[in-house]
Amino acid sequence: MKIIIAGDGKVGATLVRQLSAEEYDLTLIDVNVNRLESSSERFDIMAVQGNCASMEVLKQAGVEEADLLIAATSADEINLLCCMTAHGLNPRLHTIARIRNPEYSGQIYMMRHIFALSLTVNPERQAAVEIERLLKYPGFLKRDTFAKGKVELVELKIVGDSRLCNVALNDINNVVKCQILICVVVREGKAVAPDGNFVLREGDHIFVTASSDNLTKLLKNLGIITHKVKRVIICGGGTVSFYLALCLQKSGITVQIIEKDRKRCEFLAALLPSASIIEGDASDEHLLESEGISSCDALVTLTGLDELNMIISLYGNQCGVPQIITKLGRMTNNGILDNLELGSTISPKELCSNTIVRYVRAVKNQTGAALTVHSIADGQAEALEFLVDDSTLHCNEPLKSVGIKKNVIIACITRGFSQELPNGDSSFKKGDIVIIVTSGQVIYQMNDIFE
Amino acid sequence: MNYKMMGRFVGWILLVEAVFMLPALLIGLYMQENHAVKGFILSLVCILVFAGILLRVCRGASSGFHAREGFVCVSLSWIIMSILGCLPFYFSREIPHYVDALFETVSGFTTTGASILPEVESLSKSLLYWRSFTHWLGGMGVLVFLLAVASAAESRQGFTMHLLRAESPGPNVSKLVPKMKTTARILYCLYVILTIINVIFLLAGGMSLFESVCTAMGTAGTGGFGVRNDSIASYSPYIQNVCTVFMFLFGVNFTCYYLLMLKKFRDVWRDEELRLYFAIVLGSIALIVLNLRGYYPTLRETIRHAAFQVVSIMTTTGYATADFDLWPGFSKAILLSLMIVGACAGSTGGGFKCVRILLVMKNLRRNVKKVINPQKVQVVRLNRQPVAEKVLENTNAYLAAYAFIFVVSFILISIDNFSVTTNISAVMACFNNIGPGLEAVGPTCNFSAYSVFSKIILIMDMLAGRLEIFPVLILFTRSAWRHR
Repeated sequence: MKIIIAGDGKVGATLVRQLSAEEYDLTLIDVNVNRLESSSERFDIMAVQGNCASMEVLKQAGVEEADLLIAATSADEINLLCCMTAHGLNPRLHTIARIRNPEYSGQIYMMRHIFALSLTVNPERQAAVEIERLLKYPGFLKRDTFAKGKVELVELKIVGDSRLCNVALNDINNVVKCQILICVVVREGKAVAPDGNFVLREGDHIFVTASSDNLTKLLKNLGIITHKVKRVIICGGGTVSFYLALCLQKSGITVQIIEKDRKRCEFLAALLPSASIIEGDASDEHLLESEGISSCDALVTLTGLDELNMIISLYGNQCGVPQIITKLGRMTNNGILDNLELGSTISPKELCSNTIVRYVRAVKNQTGAALTVHSIADGQAEALEFLVDDSTLHCNEPLKSVGIKKNVIIACITRGFSQELPNGDSSFKKGDIVIIVTSGQVIYQMNDIFE
Repeated sequence: MNYKMMGRFVGWILLVEAVFMLPALLIGLYMQENHAVKGFILSLVCILVFAGILLRVCRGASSGFHAREGFVCVSLSWIIMSILGCLPFYFSREIPHYVDALFETVSGFTTTGASILPEVESLSKSLLYWRSFTHWLGGMGVLVFLLAVASAAESRQGFTMHLLRAESPGPNVSKLVPKMKTTARILYCLYVILTIINVIFLLAGGMSLFESVCTAMGTAGTGGFGVRNDSIASYSPYIQNVCTVFMFLFGVNFTCYYLLMLKKFRDVWRDEELRLYFAIVLGSIALIVLNLRGYYPTLRETIRHAAFQVVSIMTTTGYATADFDLWPGFSKAILLSLMIVGACAGSTGGGFKCVRILLVMKNLRRNVKKVINPQKVQVVRLNRQPVAEKVLENTNAYLAAYAFIFVVSFILISIDNFSVTTNISAVMACFNNIGPGLEAVGPTCNFSAYSVFSKIILIMDMLAGRLEIFPVLILFTRSAWRHR
């Protein structure tokens, strides 16, 4: 499949990394030669320099033979123009545009129709939705939902005094007294698919699948206090903050936004009547103290600088804020961040590129494509959701008699309203929703998991 | 330096070489050439053992592979491939001295076609085949072949770009399609198809299958090893003309053929390098024909010989139908200048390349204009596209390196006390991967008279010429070998 990616920015680069691992023919367009060169030296792609909305450049990138165009430049208008021009040159083309200006968010559906877009993505909005979910369900570093919210995949860090510390996975259900499955463990930056004899250690990050009810039990039994968030301080008044404040306002949570720029403050104050907008430097400790950081329920750092976000989060941790969420634009959770108490981290570019990768796979195989894809453990593993249908092999056979590929874990089978954590006697039935976690292997469709 | 990864690449290349040696071995068995068969079997054992050790030692390589590894890897592969590839000549005792065998093989892989053999017809058929085959493999490049057959996991990474850049000739190497593997396959497909067409045309002219395959491979790689003592001279005019046409075709940038396949005729028509290439070839033929009046009985014969020699030298092939050493001085001067010009970038030919000449001239014109009008901002364009300053800088650096290596090699081989013309043309013929020079190294003579030292210098020149200097120069810089 031939894919053109316009814009070699944060999202573009993440997409190139994910898609080039799946052997698509990638062509990258950007105006900046240096960026293109560094990308083409790291990945097997073709680079075209120029303005992606120009017909000449699009033709040079081979738009006439392409199957998919992803416009992810920094300007929404260029993205739209790019998709429109490309669609004019090749009506078969699927187009995806990144549109993130909040002022356009109300007209997305109409624009999709007019510009013949297959999909629009809004990383900032996605990040805001994700933060809201984390705030409503504290205690986890990351949280992804499957099967329309019935099953969850969460990331937990094992601290020294945790009850899970030094427990072998075989005994885990006796310790936590509920049904959970640990599908991936990240130890020292490397993701491993653990077996029953794997013993958890301090500092491990574990990815757990369970039904929503069981997760509540898990939190209670592990002694992680869950409390309702009532007051949130948001540092930085960017687009994510705007979307987040909008969501939180609706659920009746008090929001304080600290923003440096006077004009931006006025803009936010006009659009968010019930939030309190404070003009000031979020890295100023006195300002944070006077806004009551020690007594707030959650701190969300959303400034444009990763370093600043990290520093403020560390300060918030020192002040004893129960829940902290840090936005990271450039780095994602690699080894260095592990030792810092940054709370949950969120990366808009990864969220956005996950959505696009899912769409790409769906275009590639019309049937049997994954319903959702979540990249976890810094892209080292993936959690996918599949629907069992007529084309699925080995239906109604117990799993112990079916050969499953190495590094593939069947995390959960959802049948109707009940969830089942599979064992050797479980089997797939038509209509089931199956969640599969895989590390180091690319799974396009359900049948790829079988030997 | 990621030595393990480089070791793996060299190991794989040796395996490729071993596989390609098998047809030669089969020819030897069929013709019952006992010495040659013994030579091939011993060489195969050496190559396989060496490759096996390399691949075994270099297991579990980490993935860090950058520009410097790419360049060092390419030149090391070529050197090791030549050192082991010459063993059949040496073991079979048909070329008794090792350095001579190495000279012959490097001359083959770099598509030079300079020989140390006084007469080739006494060589076994299998060795003759292997000698011509080295041209074919060296022409498009063995690493490009490896990229075409490599597993998806290894070719998927971006670093393969460094390998393509280091091995393919030209100042601005780029892929044809997004995937490296597909690019390499397209290049080899075009190459194989053109070679087969060439063989068919030669067969139609009444040449034996063996000779036409060998000649076609020499033409395809723009090499120049013939299977007869007098190169192409004793063949019919038809065959000579076929050779002229195909030498010309293999000197064209292969991207043009790909564009023709895509029916983008306009892009090909507008290609400035191709136009210059045509212009130089036609102009030189015309000038030499005028200069050669009276040398040959008919005008037709004059044109045939002039065209053959011009195309052969310009594409850096080095076949000959006439002893141009006996031609008048003006014609010799033109041929000597053509040696430097060389073929197009992205072809199998060597030399300085037409596109570099274009860039150097355009840059020169810009600098002259700059003296007249210092404030004027000027952009150099090629095919209507602005050329990046970095490319111009590289081209100028290439010109400097080219001149420097040329002078140093000329001085070093002058120790052997041949005439100045001989020495200059010998360095030119080797450095530009042509083959025959003038006087003592002319079309009817060979390089055997040079001392071992000079031969080694010329071997390095041939490698530097084929790999376009920088990969070879990098081998001699300390900072490339230091750990980061």
